[in-house]
Amino acid sequence: MSEEKKKKVVKTIKVDLDKCHGCRACEVACAAFHSTPKYSAVNPARSRIRVYRDELNDVFLPVRAGAYAKAECEGHQSYVINGKEYGECNFCNAPCPSRDLFKEPDSGLPLRCDMCEADPPLEEPMCVQWCKADALIYEVREEEVEQEEELEEEELELGLEEMADKYGLDKLIETVVRLAEAREA
Amino acid sequence: MRYAETGFNLEIDLSTGNIERVPSDPQDTELYLGGVGTNYKILWDRVPPEIEPFSADNIIIFSAGLLGGTMAPGANRTIITSISPQTLFTGFSILGGYWAPQLKYAGFDKIIVRGKSPDLVYIWIDNDKVEIRDASHLKGKSTYETTRLIREELDQPYPEVLAIGLAGENRVYFASVESATSSASRLGMGAIMGDKNLKAIAVRGTKDINIARPEVFMDQCNKVLDYIQYRLENPIPGVPAILSFIGSPQEMALHDEKWHTISFSWGNARIRRKDFWNEEVAREWEQTMESARKKLISCYNCPVRCRAIVQVPGYPSYTMKCFSKLTYVMAAMADDLDFGFKIASIAQSHGVDGFTAPQVMAFAVELYEAGVLTEEDLPGFPSENRERFYYLLDKIVKREGIGDVLADGVYWAARKIGKGAEAYDHNTIKKHEQIPIKLGMLNPIYYIMWSTGEKANITQIEGQLPQAPLPKDIREEFVKDWIQIPTGKEEKFKKFILEWGEEGKTFPFWPPPDLICELVEWQENMHYIDDSLGLCAGLSSFPLKPPYHMHNLPVLVSAGAGIEMDEDRLWETSIRVRNLVRASNVRRGMRRKDDKPPEDHWKKRFPDYEAKLLDEYYSYRGWNKEGIPTKQTLQKLGLDFVYEDFVKRGILEE
Repeated sequence: MSEEKKKKVVKTIKVDLDKCHGCRACEVACAAFHSTPKYSAVNPARSRIRVYRDELNDVFLPVRAGAYAKAECEGHQSYVINGKEYGECNFCNAPCPSRDLFKEPDSGLPLRCDMCEADPPLEEPMCVQWCKADALIYEVREEEVEQEEELEEEELELGLEEMADKYGLDKLIETVVRLAEAREA
Repeated sequence: MRYAETGFNLEIDLSTGNIERVPSDPQDTELYLGGVGTNYKILWDRVPPEIEPFSADNIIIFSAGLLGGTMAPGANRTIITSISPQTLFTGFSILGGYWAPQLKYAGFDKIIVRGKSPDLVYIWIDNDKVEIRDASHLKGKSTYETTRLIREELDQPYPEVLAIGLAGENRVYFASVESATSSASRLGMGAIMGDKNLKAIAVRGTKDINIARPEVFMDQCNKVLDYIQYRLENPIPGVPAILSFIGSPQEMALHDEKWHTISFSWGNARIRRKDFWNEEVAREWEQTMESARKKLISCYNCPVRCRAIVQVPGYPSYTMKCFSKLTYVMAAMADDLDFGFKIASIAQSHGVDGFTAPQVMAFAVELYEAGVLTEEDLPGFPSENRERFYYLLDKIVKREGIGDVLADGVYWAARKIGKGAEAYDHNTIKKHEQIPIKLGMLNPIYYIMWSTGEKANITQIEGQLPQAPLPKDIREEFVKDWIQIPTGKEEKFKKFILEWGEEGKTFPFWPPPDLICELVEWQENMHYIDDSLGLCAGLSSFPLKPPYHMHNLPVLVSAGAGIEMDEDRLWETSIRVRNLVRASNVRRGMRRKDDKPPEDHWKKRFPDYEAKLLDEYYSYRGWNKEGIPTKQTLQKLGLDFVYEDFVKRGILEE
């Protein structure tokens, strides 16, 4: 029996690493756009896109701010590019307790790329507009989605099973009960 | 609230270790904008002409421009100002790259350094935290190593670093200040840093720069970006390829070096090789560059990509742009582009000026061939010219043996060496080495620019105009969309292009002096605007039909900085800055006798006519016969304090 699948619009910015030469215009445009009022201040520390640059080794990597990480990961991965070793943090898009990147410099609040949602909407996000090297490519596509309810149920189970594995089912139940009681109080 | 600028300067006294954050006067912004303009106001106020370059009382200023770090494309320049150890006049040397915007984001418009540190140090600026740190472990290290080590030590991926190499530490008079992607090469600013025992400055900032009228400013920036794209897709027809785009001459992108190799001089600015460029050379050089060049890159917030990452096996990776691709090759009379990439790697890592160093070395070779320098002066001197250049470079940066004499540059070296060496100093102006070009017929426009340009560097006064008459069928097209001409001069300047090359309308006696003055004034004023705003001349004063010009710069300044600005006022401001720079040099003894190109700069010279031209230009600029700004000129520009000082010193009569 075929169900009617829902469709959702997915917007992404694809990065062509061969083309990026690290000029950081994307950072300037993003930061300026997101200031209040718009364009009233420029501060790349507030940019939702940051370019990791190691110019003499020809490494230029734009990274767009993603989901906030409550805790540091172990950070043990490294990458060797053109013979030089780089830690994984350089390529990670998470606002994270281990560093200042992707956080407002004054408040510390995490930044997240919102594809320049605006009213009226922009044709393309600011970083894509200002990247004249064509290293940032804006893509809009439709994707089918599974029923929301089913998905939520699946996700919840998966998450709980993971935590049960990590902390033990007893500890998990104990913690949930304690939290529920605290809420009621 | 201050707009575009931060409103603060960082004052550092290396003798005492004192560090202060000092608010600047907004009035100075209105009068001098920023960058070179406000640098010179500070220099005028604090460094009287008796101060020598290597005195602790000499200051060195590292400045962003008024628009530095804003959204304006190419607003990334660092303007370094001090007294030049070579010319003994003032000097302002400029680099691009990524450093100045970080200084602004850290909350400073300038760093003003005075005194001398007892030990080798570097300065670290992290927003409000400013430290003078031990640099003894960086002594002798290359400019690139220094950057890498400082970044590692500070455990920050993002600080931008300015550094000197061995040449600066040893006070070579043509030592440069290098950042990973750019170089402030001319007039020996690296030597001043070395003299103050300042190895490097690292900076990182996370503060806002405010924009006064955001929508208007951003709109102009978008229009500038659009025009940049338009110019990159539409090179100017009828001029050599290398001059047809924007940015620096695109030597890292283009293989065709015919114009440079046949127009400029080889050796010690001695020989012109009109038959040099042929298919074989073209093919060889294309291969060499394709293999050495890893990627074309830009400076901060600029799409043009004038620079390239250069990696030659066995040599440190570095970045290069523009004419230094050829200066060593041509000075060494080596037909070998590969040599150019190799020696530049070493030269830049030590931090020397890519225009001066090759000429000093070619000068030494000439003296050796003429017997003025001998085996005694140059023990073990190789017989092959490229090897000689490596030898000389090494001696110079270490100030070893004859290197200690050559490290002062051609002018001083010639006088120290004596024995007729002076005759071989034939390519300096104001004791500073010039681009090696010796042409046939006097070019009256360039005569004025070579003579009077305060930077003593032709590339920092010229621009806007083709360098030869355009082909007849191209001229109409050229003038049709020539939007950059200042208001009121459109007809005059277009007529110049349309007529140039016709019967009776060629050098040396055409164009008429009054038109020459206006053409020179336009070219030069635009450079002073760029150097005050911190804009790259490659997008503005230097190329043909640039994105920045008198019809958008005023609104960028007013919308960015929140000061009232229109075309007339910006024009006047550029003239004020220009006169302040001249006055600073006059105060240090510069006069008419210094305003002259080398004797052999053209084969055909006309001394009487040249003298008449110089008179007319001085008069046009409002200067007396000695090239000193007159009372009327100074007072009209609000430079009364200059006039008063001149009277006190007997430079002008009351």
